[in-house]
Amino acid sequence: MSTSRRLPAGGEIDRSRPLNFSFDGRALSGYAGDTVASALLASGVQVLARSFKYHRPRGLLGVDHEEPNAILDLRLGARHDPNARATLEPLAEGLQLSSVHALGTAGRDLLAVLDRGARFIPAAFYYKTFMWPHWHVYEGMIRRLAGLGRVDARSRAQAAPHRHLAVDLCVVGAGAAGLAAARGAVAAGRSVLLVEQRTRVGGALLWRDATVEGEPGSRWAGRVAAGLEAAGARVLAGTAAVGLYDHNAVVLHERGPDGGRIWQVRAREIVLTTGAIERPLLFGDNDRPGVMLADAALEYLRRYAVVAGERIVFATGNDTTYVAAQAFAAAGARCTIVDSRTGSPAQDAARAAGIEVVAGARVERALGRGRVEGARLASGATLSADLLAVSGGWTPLIHLYCQARGRPRWDEERGTLLPGEPVAGLRVAGAAGGARSLAEALAAGAHAGTGGGRVEIPDCDDRPFDWGGPPDTRMAFGERRAWVDLQNDVTAKDVALAVRENFRAVEHLKRYTTLGMASDQGRTSNVNGLALLAERTGRTLAQAGVTTFRPPFLPVSLAAVAGTQRGELQAPLRRLPAEEVHRAEGAELREYGDTLRPAAYGTSHDALLRECRAARERCVILDASSLGKIEVQGPDAAALLDFVFYTRLSNLAPGRLRYALALAESGAIFDDGVVLRVAAEHFVVSCSSSHVRAMTAHLEEWREDRFDLSRVFVHDATPQWATMAISGPQSRRVLEALALGVDLDDAAFPHMSAHDGVFAGRRARIARVSFTGERSYEVSVPAGLAAELWRRARAAGAEPLGVEALGALRCEKGFILVGVETDGETMPHDIGMGRARETRTDAYLGDRSLFTPAACRSGRRQLVGVAAASAAPLPVGAHALSRAGGRRRSVGWVTSSHPSAALGRPVALAMIEDGASRHGEELEFEHFGAMHRGTLVAPCFLDPSGARLNV
Amino acid sequence: MQIFHCPFCGPRPDAEFHYAGDADKPRPARDCSDEEWARYLLMRANARGVARELWVHRAGCGRWIVLARDTVSHEIGGSEPLNP
Ligand SMILES: [Zn+2]
Repeated sequence: MSTSRRLPAGGEIDRSRPLNFSFDGRALSGYAGDTVASALLASGVQVLARSFKYHRPRGLLGVDHEEPNAILDLRLGARHDPNARATLEPLAEGLQLSSVHALGTAGRDLLAVLDRGARFIPAAFYYKTFMWPHWHVYEGMIRRLAGLGRVDARSRAQAAPHRHLAVDLCVVGAGAAGLAAARGAVAAGRSVLLVEQRTRVGGALLWRDATVEGEPGSRWAGRVAAGLEAAGARVLAGTAAVGLYDHNAVVLHERGPDGGRIWQVRAREIVLTTGAIERPLLFGDNDRPGVMLADAALEYLRRYAVVAGERIVFATGNDTTYVAAQAFAAAGARCTIVDSRTGSPAQDAARAAGIEVVAGARVERALGRGRVEGARLASGATLSADLLAVSGGWTPLIHLYCQARGRPRWDEERGTLLPGEPVAGLRVAGAAGGARSLAEALAAGAHAGTGGGRVEIPDCDDRPFDWGGPPDTRMAFGERRAWVDLQNDVTAKDVALAVRENFRAVEHLKRYTTLGMASDQGRTSNVNGLALLAERTGRTLAQAGVTTFRPPFLPVSLAAVAGTQRGELQAPLRRLPAEEVHRAEGAELREYGDTLRPAAYGTSHDALLRECRAARERCVILDASSLGKIEVQGPDAAALLDFVFYTRLSNLAPGRLRYALALAESGAIFDDGVVLRVAAEHFVVSCSSSHVRAMTAHLEEWREDRFDLSRVFVHDATPQWATMAISGPQSRRVLEALALGVDLDDAAFPHMSAHDGVFAGRRARIARVSFTGERSYEVSVPAGLAAELWRRARAAGAEPLGVEALGALRCEKGFILVGVETDGETMPHDIGMGRARETRTDAYLGDRSLFTPAACRSGRRQLVGVAAASAAPLPVGAHALSRAGGRRRSVGWVTSSHPSAALGRPVALAMIEDGASRHGEELEFEHFGAMHRGTLVAPCFLDPSGARLNV
Repeated sequence: MQIFHCPFCGPRPDAEFHYAGDADKPRPARDCSDEEWARYLLMRANARGVARELWVHRAGCGRWIVLARDTVSHEIGGSEPLNP
């Protein structure tokens, strides 16, 4: 079976560089310049894959991106691609390839038995059959059978960073028309990007004979491309334009190892010269390995010197196929053309060249098991063959035109969909635009490239292009199944069934049968499917409509989409300036919002209780550098803050701080924080760490909306400052040891006031504000001094405190965390902060929302403490139950719950309906079926009078 | 993938901007009715055709702008600063 099908000479391959590779364990070889597909074909491997649904053997139908079958698992060193497309993958030394959809190998697939039960698996079989009692009963089994390839979860493919480019003109497709367009544009002085999906420019000039400007077409193409590059244009081969978006944004995918690279291009104008692809013919068993598109067979012959068959039956209804037949006859193959037409002049020419032509005949079915051995004609005659080269006419590639909201129209003469009304900024030329000859393609390309003005049109010999007319459906419903969509295993009978069940609209047909839905996006199947739909519903093809074309035109690996935007580059972590010091102290660092902070020093549960005890009994130091420090300055600073904050701030005295809430316009609590008035026109807003950017944007929004921009400024200075919170009954002693040059006497420096000091010769700001309920000092110094401040405070006796222990300490005090205790419905009066609502009459954000019926009704969830009945903390998220009226109902939930070192029992906060007036009531709490009990109490478990602030 | 015209920075990709709702929505006074407040807070014009929208040039100058944008054709009309 491993007979070489390679011609002794010719093609683009480099015979001096043989490459070894393997397929399903078989050692094979090819040459540099081969694709995986051409090398497999040259090695005589015919069965490359098993089909999606029926596990039928499949070979190569196409040669490029239209190929529906040849998807392989590829390994090369550390690289693993579970969905490599054989036709697009360059051959490389050491490639290990294997079939992806078989139990065993593609040659001997143990699941092929599914095909024998095929009449029990019609379209929508899965939808209909596995609904009772429930899809999930069957899902696991079906998912194991489905899918193409297995993802390697360990794969760490790292694609290249995206590149961005702006050009006057982007030409998509470097065939004859594209090259003419690019050359014309460069001559007109425009910056040009020419994109070619194949690895080489030239399009069909690479495999169909032509003479352009006096030289062979492929050589002309190479010369023009070199000239373009010399003139400053960029030519990207091996790169597909996969998406066309608003305002002429073109997304390209440059293929390469590890997923390749994405290009984001912005073009003033776009020219689509994407060519046309051949359609298969509909007849029985037309999916047999050895059935290949005629033009694809020609490309394998000319570019890779691979003769796909020695005894070839061409089945066609157009003249273009005769070009391929002549080439194979010249290469020594025995060729027979089965032509549905009679009387074409091409037939006489072929006969004259010694090719047998059966005119007015159609192939009814392919013969052979596992691979093509012949063809039976509708007349009953049989022909032996090892290759059935088919042509069902041509379809222009107008996906990008459709993505740009162009609407295709049915062209009866060519029998295909062509671009309809023009789209601004976009031209379509060459075969994609319906050109009927090489000369027409070159002329249209040149005109499209210059966009008017003087045009130089390359001259060429006469090469007419026969589009072939509409799809021929006469052999689609024979005794053997005819395949429409090979990749999704959709047959003509499936289309007929869908129509019988009234899925007559084209979009319904697509979804019901999955026609055209796989990774090849129905490249070879859409128009044939439309023709069958039209035939079965008694409509014309023009009436049948088209499905929507969506990006991407070709599958793009997720690695390429991600580019370098992965891990920390995708979501950068904010780090504390003293991170190294925390690591040295044995901190366990965790992400809080987007900041990496010490959770605890040491990992055990004991660490948390130890840190809590230190805070209540001695002195702790917490790195609070990530807390917001948003500067608000200017004559209108107080007015801006009065509007943005629910808590009035304009009556705050300079040097003093106030705890303040900010609301969203919906009345919900947006954030809380402490605001310091440094001077009459200078405030610093210290908000929650994870809300700094949102709070800055919030202030900026209302500054823009309502204020004279020259009278108030907002600036986020958070990263400039490091802040250490030093807290506990012995904290004043630590502050004294730091010698910051501040009078620490409580009369001069009371709670909620701030002073400037000096640390290491630099300005420091010291504020008395407490998140623990203990006497506390927040010392802010320039960020570079963070480690120094930490070390000196530690030397003075402060013990480290992590974020987790802080959570327990603030829970004992009933201090809320916005987004933990509160949600999008929580208003200030729900957490006992209703005073400003009662007293403020001036405008502030969210004001009116606090007086709607919903805000005023009883039964709102309110903040309470919960004393658990048992020694174990209540689970966070446990629902409080009401059994009123014999009906179980949730009346709220636990929002925070911690062990308390100071109290020796757990403490919890909860949001409970009317909770503020229900202190003393015992409630049931349910969490995933487990029941707990707890008593509602005031949301402060420790030191309600605040005496400890001044201990 | 649209191109917006920032009155301060010129034509820039839409990814640099952040949508912030309908423009031309004056904030009602505190004594407005519940219905009026709900309209301001919750209702969107959702125009089919030219819409006047508020955008923040977050990855650019940081300014707020009013942009006329056709929601059907995605054509961009003029833009102006929210606060000139
Ligand atoms: Zn801007």
